[in-house]
Amino acid sequence: MNIIVPIKQVPNLTDELEINGEGNNLDHEALQYVLNEFDEHALEEAVLTKESASGTVTVVGVDTTGELDGALHTALAKGADKAAKITGDFPRGTDSHTQARLLAEAIKDMSPDIVLTGVQAADDRDGQIGPMIAAHLGMPYVGVVTGVTVSGGKAVLHKEYAGGVMAEFEVSLPMVVGVQAAHQPPRYAPVSKIRQIAKTAKIDEIAGGEAAGAGSTVRRMFKPESAGHAEMWEGSPEEVAEKIAGLIRDKGLLRG
Amino acid sequence: MAVGLDKVKPENIKEEKHLVVEGMDISGHWNRMFEQRVIWDYDVEQLEKVAALPGGESLNWCYGCGKCTTVCPVDIVGDYSPRKIHRKTQMGIDLFNSPDLWLCTTCMNCLRVCPKEVNMIQIMPAVREQAVLEGTTVPPELQKAFEDTAKHGNPLGQPQRKRADWVKKAGAPAPIIKDLKRPVDILWYVGSYPSYHPRGIDAACAAARIFNALGIDFGILGIEEKDDGDSQRLAGEKGLFEMLAEQNIATFGKYEFNRMVVTGPHEFNAFKNEYPKYGADFKVLHYTRFLVEHLDKLKPLLKKPINLKVTFHDPCYLGRHNGEYDAPRELLRAIPGIELVEMGRCRENGYCCGGGGGGMWLDSFTKEHTTMRLSERRVREAVEYGADVLAVCCPFEVSRFEDAAKSTGNDKLMVRDILELLDESMRG
Repeated sequence: MNIIVPIKQVPNLTDELEINGEGNNLDHEALQYVLNEFDEHALEEAVLTKESASGTVTVVGVDTTGELDGALHTALAKGADKAAKITGDFPRGTDSHTQARLLAEAIKDMSPDIVLTGVQAADDRDGQIGPMIAAHLGMPYVGVVTGVTVSGGKAVLHKEYAGGVMAEFEVSLPMVVGVQAAHQPPRYAPVSKIRQIAKTAKIDEIAGGEAAGAGSTVRRMFKPESAGHAEMWEGSPEEVAEKIAGLIRDKGLLRG
Repeated sequence: MAVGLDKVKPENIKEEKHLVVEGMDISGHWNRMFEQRVIWDYDVEQLEKVAALPGGESLNWCYGCGKCTTVCPVDIVGDYSPRKIHRKTQMGIDLFNSPDLWLCTTCMNCLRVCPKEVNMIQIMPAVREQAVLEGTTVPPELQKAFEDTAKHGNPLGQPQRKRADWVKKAGAPAPIIKDLKRPVDILWYVGSYPSYHPRGIDAACAAARIFNALGIDFGILGIEEKDDGDSQRLAGEKGLFEMLAEQNIATFGKYEFNRMVVTGPHEFNAFKNEYPKYGADFKVLHYTRFLVEHLDKLKPLLKKPINLKVTFHDPCYLGRHNGEYDAPRELLRAIPGIELVEMGRCRENGYCCGGGGGGMWLDSFTKEHTTMRLSERRVREAVEYGADVLAVCCPFEVSRFEDAAKSTGNDKLMVRDILELLDESMRG
């Protein structure tokens, strides 16, 4: 079974985020990049799937930072079997439409049985990479998945809904899964092991095609502005609700 | 059945069914004797596995004298010592999968007394490194510290960008060397616990005030500073240590300074003994020795007497590992009012707080395999000697001993870094 894990690197949120000079994006060059946390869960779920159902895990990503090798070596240390990077003129912050198309083109040639990727990423938060890869590949997609079990050409998926509701899906392979959380916390890869692997590992290079063009454009990006003060309303739920409705009316937020 | 008895060959067991000696009936197992046996009666595979590792060789040199057992701080609160490790391994117990692997704090008291130079400071990291690579038996709390160090540059899992936030609380400047844009006399490596831990910060703030009062020309690295990684190395994550060493050495190399001063003995050990292997070339001092250099200027500043009975805990990595016993005591004696009392286990035979060699991140694990925490044993000793204050000079220790004082019901015992005591006397 071919298990494919598309990954992407995102700005490290433990660092101070900087806005670029134009004020419409992050200052990507000033930021440190780390692997998207949801992709770490996708990788963990992939390795767990391999361990229970056998198969090969291939990790693939668009090298937007010039530093993707580190993330790929880490993935290999955690139990992935193969690693590939898509290269080309794709700078940091490359939009998700482009990344999805590049990834889908690369994955198409890998004859995937199941594609596991993070349900979303901390950079754009639109959660579109998984569904778009599925659309490009003509495969079904299920997102917000917290558990994958594969057997006999089918995958049983646990999907989380709001309000603590869980659903179980049975989907025929091949398919794309957006992983919310793996069965167990992502394993730790000892740096000793990553450094050993970095010396010998082979990373396949895939030349990337055309950029797809972003699905949305950011007009202005700015840090949260702190201003004003909070007013605490007391009273019965009805009274408070009346005040809230009044405020919404006064601020002109109601149409018509 | 005693460990290993099943391994004695039946023909080597002598036992008389009926035996009366001087009127005493010692029939059956009461007179059981064993034939002498040769070493090859044991399956030495496990011992050979350890001895085959680079650094693991010396376990084979043990001749079982047991001197280490009498001084091992873990044996005092449990059933563990290098000699026992050797014996168990010799009898076929797999150290790689034994809880014993994680109990050694690398305090070095065994090596100090060992006639055969069996070096647990090399053996334990070597075996642990294999366990870490396999990833099967590493206690989760230790793994989390590794992960946090790899991700955030400190084992507390705090954001790198907040590494210099403590400075705001110091009430005295601690300039970032990058902003100074000039060479400094002293590069002060603050360390992870003084930068982030709520009680560690107190020592960092005290140091900043003392350095300013002495007119020291110093700078800190701020958010460029990363954990030294030495304890992670001793806990088995050598790759993580090497990564941090490379990053730190590159950072140090960007700036001009005459000497480096460190807050912690573990950093001192790392920079003095380990980093040079990776190309570092600078002079490093622990803060106690550095301040002793300035004692003439410091003494007149120490105005307020501290009329308390103070005892001092020698950090393993300052004392035994690096031979510094006097500087901390000289500083304590310089504070007016302090009566310095020594505990039974002091200086070369100083007890261990339990935080070294990864012990800092193995608290729950170690607790499960010992009768009490090492820090709890030490706090009780300080109280036995009538101390009001347990003085320390290692950033691991303030929180460890303070917690231990609480958990043993000795809340009255104050735990203070020497920096805090100096600062208190200085501020009047």
